[in-house]
Amino acid sequence: MSTQIKDQGYFKKRKLRKNMVHLFLLPAAVLYGVFQLFPLISAALNSFYSFNGFDRDQFIGLKNFIVLFTEEPYKGTFFNAFKHNWIYFFVTVFTQLVIALLLALIIHSKIKGKELFKSIFFLPKLLSVIVIGFLFSLVLNPTRGALNNLLEAIGLEELTRPWLGSMDTALFSVIFVDSWASIGFSMLIFLAGLQAIEPEIFEAAKIDGANWFTVLRKITIPMLGPSLLVMSVLVFIGSFETFEYVFAMQGSSGGPYYSTDVLTTFFYRLAFGTTDGGQSIGLGSAIAVILFVIIGLATTFMLLIFKRKDFER
Amino acid sequence: MKAKWYVQTLKYLVLALFTFIFGYPIFLMISSSFKSNIEIFTSPLSLPSTFSFENYAEVWEAVDFSSYIWNSIIVSAASVFIVLFVSSMAGYYLARYKFRWNSFILLFFMIGLMLPMRLAVIPLYMMMMNLGLLDSLFSLIFVYVAGGIPFAVFLFYGFFRTVPRALEDSARLDGCNDFQIYYKIVLPLMKPAISIVAIVNLLNVWNDFFYPLIFIRTDALKTIPLGMLTLFGEFDTQWNLLFAGLTISSLPMLIAFLFASRQFMDGLTEGAVK
Repeated sequence: MSTQIKDQGYFKKRKLRKNMVHLFLLPAAVLYGVFQLFPLISAALNSFYSFNGFDRDQFIGLKNFIVLFTEEPYKGTFFNAFKHNWIYFFVTVFTQLVIALLLALIIHSKIKGKELFKSIFFLPKLLSVIVIGFLFSLVLNPTRGALNNLLEAIGLEELTRPWLGSMDTALFSVIFVDSWASIGFSMLIFLAGLQAIEPEIFEAAKIDGANWFTVLRKITIPMLGPSLLVMSVLVFIGSFETFEYVFAMQGSSGGPYYSTDVLTTFFYRLAFGTTDGGQSIGLGSAIAVILFVIIGLATTFMLLIFKRKDFER
Repeated sequence: MKAKWYVQTLKYLVLALFTFIFGYPIFLMISSSFKSNIEIFTSPLSLPSTFSFENYAEVWEAVDFSSYIWNSIIVSAASVFIVLFVSSMAGYYLARYKFRWNSFILLFFMIGLMLPMRLAVIPLYMMMMNLGLLDSLFSLIFVYVAGGIPFAVFLFYGFFRTVPRALEDSARLDGCNDFQIYYKIVLPLMKPAISIVAIVNLLNVWNDFFYPLIFIRTDALKTIPLGMLTLFGEFDTQWNLLFAGLTISSLPMLIAFLFASRQFMDGLTEGAVK
């Protein structure tokens, strides 16, 4: 009899200990649930409502999306910004990834001072994006900026222009600044990928008489596949999330004349910039949902490919 | 095989060109911060004629820089510490204890990794307003902690799975309870994971501009990046002050990088690849 009671007490204690273990998970789950997941879901639901100030008014189904896609001035602004995000992505692939790959290949080869070059190329990643944006708004200033002064100093005066002030060059200038800041980091990712390739493969190719271009095309690029894919998806996500560079150099309306406007700046104006109250919060939420879908699809695509790769092995 | 001399020369030329492209704007920022406004205008490319810290003293008076720096330190330190603490526990839980809902919890955290959180800023703004946290440093700390958790949980989860279980079992036989095992045995082995999470979060939080822009109104509560907006709004023609301000905001991370460049570069790369 007495042993039975003792046993029950023992099990009770064990059970309590087992339940205590859940305390490990609780703080992270609650903080993340309350301040990230709940707002995410709430933002998605908001897109189906009309608003009175910051409060939900009525459920209106897909009306916010329809207004965004069909009614001026929203329609024009939306598709203009959407187009800029796509340009941002395609240009960045070249200005960021191709240059980063080139630098990674050079640093991976027989070269002195690898660590020093790596550190210098990486430096911009340490600065705040807003600091970089502001810094380059000064560097690219048409009269006082260093770039135009430099061009004049080396006799290329005809190349000087108001980089951020002209509609032809403004978006590209913003993209170049973004790439300037991001190349070093992509380079490190590619270097990590290159270091994972076994040197014997290159030796074998050299013995077979392959030239460097064949090696690059047939061995290096395919073996770098995973890092190239990761970086492309990261660049894609970055191109649709981009906000600070445009905001710092061109203001929240993506000047001049909306030529650098992107979906996040349009979102920002709708959510926090205008005071018309009623429609804009719902429309802003609709843009958020569109971006959730675009970015969610990109990450899912990446994960699926990696999963398939794992199965193949 | 010896590389041909002209190939090597070309490589160094490319590296030199990019050293200039990446280094020069940062050099320009720092060197201009010592020049007078007139000197920046008349000789923008040359070295400063005298090294005077006048601009720094002036910009320190012009905007509330000491508050900005102090706020950035508080927010960064609190966010990084809380993320490390709660995420390491959650990662340990997921790696060590097999419950039926573990894969569901991983999926739960995965959503946060996949979607851009800043687009949830309207509901966050309303929530902070209702909680009375708007225009306070707490709003920033909560958002940064929540935003840092998914990545940190996955990283710790991956690392904890590499720690041999036998180690913990023997500690348990010696009479340690679960919390003691976690803090005395497992956590000390996790230094690499801790440094990756700390560096990734420190850079994110210290440099973030978006959330302060939305949540903070009071000047004395601004972090450094938002303070830059104030500076650029009020002194847009006094470039000497602007460059000095930009330099002050960048120096802490640049100095940290001098001492721990390996950790910074490895941390960010491994963080992205994992």
